[in-house]
Amino acid sequence: MSTTQAQAAPVATTVDARGQSCPGPLVTLFQAMKGSQPGELFELLATDPGSRSDVPSWAAISGNELVESGSDEHGFRYLVRKA
Amino acid sequence: MTTMPDETAELRTLIDSALAEREHQSGLNTKNKITIIAWDGHLDRVWPTMILSTTAAASGMEVSVFFTFWGLFALVKPDKRITGKDWMTKMLSVMNPGSTSKAKLSRYNFAGMGPWMLGKLAKDYKTPHPTELLELAQGMGVRLIPCQMTMDLMGLTKEDLIEGLEEPIGAATALLEMKESAIQLFI
Repeated sequence: MSTTQAQAAPVATTVDARGQSCPGPLVTLFQAMKGSQPGELFELLATDPGSRSDVPSWAAISGNELVESGSDEHGFRYLVRKA
Repeated sequence: MTTMPDETAELRTLIDSALAEREHQSGLNTKNKITIIAWDGHLDRVWPTMILSTTAAASGMEVSVFFTFWGLFALVKPDKRITGKDWMTKMLSVMNPGSTSKAKLSRYNFAGMGPWMLGKLAKDYKTPHPTELLELAQGMGVRLIPCQMTMDLMGLTKEDLIEGLEEPIGAATALLEMKESAIQLFI
């Protein structure tokens, strides 16, 4: 996994949605983000191949920032900053 | 024909400006909101309705789902065996058992074998069942709105329906919900 941790803010929460399929990962992420502060970083782990297009789409609709995305043999990893 | 490129470019500009104008206008008139008219009560229709509702809510959209006709039966409490006020509406409820847990498939129902198999597949692939999604949706602030006229027609009372629903509304209010939404769907 190519991780370029350029951001100063540490990851606040890791959301493990591996094994879940649509709409699981995004709903789980949403619930984890509830009550958090703008600017907080969230790491989303998923195995759903649909998340490759769904997470960027979700970011576009919701206004949250998709900081980075990557994958390795264990699945997909997304870094999201709350707007 | 040397004039062709010019004409094409002119047409392109015209189309682009018309598109830009439309985008500008629609941006003014619509909220970041989706309104779904849930007309069909079949499992394979209620399911995508609930997937879209929860995903939209997770994306920060306002979500209203208006349950009308057969769709309203999805909101009946699972333990309600018979609803209705006379023999006709009672018979209707026997033929059309309420709640998402008893919803039939629009095809390949095979006397309940189809929904059971789909439920098992969903469990194996960790896709939440509509019953679970309905609960999730309520927790996420999705507004579930029963149709007043369907309630009257089918003899359904507020006590027959699950908790946490909005006040029943009519067609005009449903239209208003749709009018202010960026997305409207009839499922």
